[in-house]
Amino acid sequence: MNLKLRIWRQKDAKDSGRFEEYTVENISPDTSFLEMLDILNNNLIHEGKEPVAFDHDCREGICGMCSLFIDGRAHGPDDDITTCQLHMRKFKDGDTITIEPWRSAAFPVIKDLVVDRSAFEKILQAGGFISVNTGGVPDANAIPIPKADADESMDASACIGCGACVATCKNGSAMLFMAARVSALAKLPQGRVEATRRAKAMVAKMDELGFGGCTNTGACEAECPKGISISHIARLNREFLCAKLKD
Amino acid sequence: MSNLFSSSIGKKLVMSLSGLFLIVFLLLHMVLNMTVFGGAETYNAMCEFMDTNIFIKIMVPVLAAGFIFHIVYAVIVTIGNRGARPVRYRVQNLSKSSTWESRNMFVLGLIVIAFLVLHLYDFWANMQLQHFVGGEVAESPYDLVVSRFANPVVALCYIIGVWALWFHLQHGFWSAFQTIGLSNQLWIRRWKCVAKVYAWIIALGYTAVVVYTYLCL
Repeated sequence: MNLKLRIWRQKDAKDSGRFEEYTVENISPDTSFLEMLDILNNNLIHEGKEPVAFDHDCREGICGMCSLFIDGRAHGPDDDITTCQLHMRKFKDGDTITIEPWRSAAFPVIKDLVVDRSAFEKILQAGGFISVNTGGVPDANAIPIPKADADESMDASACIGCGACVATCKNGSAMLFMAARVSALAKLPQGRVEATRRAKAMVAKMDELGFGGCTNTGACEAECPKGISISHIARLNREFLCAKLKD
Repeated sequence: MSNLFSSSIGKKLVMSLSGLFLIVFLLLHMVLNMTVFGGAETYNAMCEFMDTNIFIKIMVPVLAAGFIFHIVYAVIVTIGNRGARPVRYRVQNLSKSSTWESRNMFVLGLIVIAFLVLHLYDFWANMQLQHFVGGEVAESPYDLVVSRFANPVVALCYIIGVWALWFHLQHGFWSAFQTIGLSNQLWIRRWKCVAKVYAWIIALGYTAVVVYTYLCL
């Protein structure tokens, strides 16, 4: 496959940035999208040019590092995948592919396609945890949890914090990310202890960091590589409103 | 309750509660409109009843407040959300991941507001405004309705307004319950289904009154 790439280049956080066009040739349809970018970067290095900076780590869809807004969609034109799981067979020979970084006030661009997603860590630090005293390992099954609750908590825990929800949301909202964590803990007895404080602290931090609000378009659920349901957002809303009513 | 209405979820709560209140009002208004099918006497009697009912007198300012809260918070939420993405994407394809109406609630709201202004000018200004500022109300509300809808441009404007409302309700109805937190994996599907049915009832009901008045009277 021969492809034309239109890629966002930005020297650093202060640079205003621009799109630049590149061509890559003889790409196998079985190449992953990130491998195709590796090939491009190899060519650029041989030509003495600056390679394109992009985030990646595990390349098996679990670390959440790879981002990229590809042809108008977070993680590109496929469902329930991260960019490292996207393959070139999803494109046609001769296509022009537009590659942009996640766009959000809370995710500033560091360089080219790399954005700073530490805002997610700040939200988790505000309340996305449980406090546990140190000591011996607790007995297994000491706290019985209904299967349905454990399953729902586990589904919410599938979030890898990639930021596709923020990237695709027309409001740049982090509600699905936050709802996944709140829901995962709210469904377990261990998480109930700090539930009231958690919902308030995390929502306050999200608002403070410049994320938008949720207007329930559902785009986050559709583009989430782990298929996390927006029903968790309803639970987050419930947890938050109940917590506020107790104030 | 501290700072509830300055939080992003609190602002959406105001949108939801005021929206649900307006949704109930829409159904009541539609049922009352349908008295036009009963002829001049029935319609004018309904207007007379509404004019003199103490409950309605109390609810008029409450209704106005409902509209104002819904519109003001829509502006606040929309401006805030646009600020969350200062640099836009060059290419963004949201048609696969969300419905058109869910992404365009503000634009649809603007169309509904334009319709509302026309509607207040046409009827409220001739039938109820006089109760507050003095003057003569229209002698026969029925004749007023018939004369306004005899104009095809006016009739068309009303139909456009009603179908913008159809889009608005398709998303707004279930979204309100999601924001309040009265939803889960099962109920989200139920609310979406109820929202569709409700939006169709409202849109067809209002359209039927305009079309009947234009064609048959």
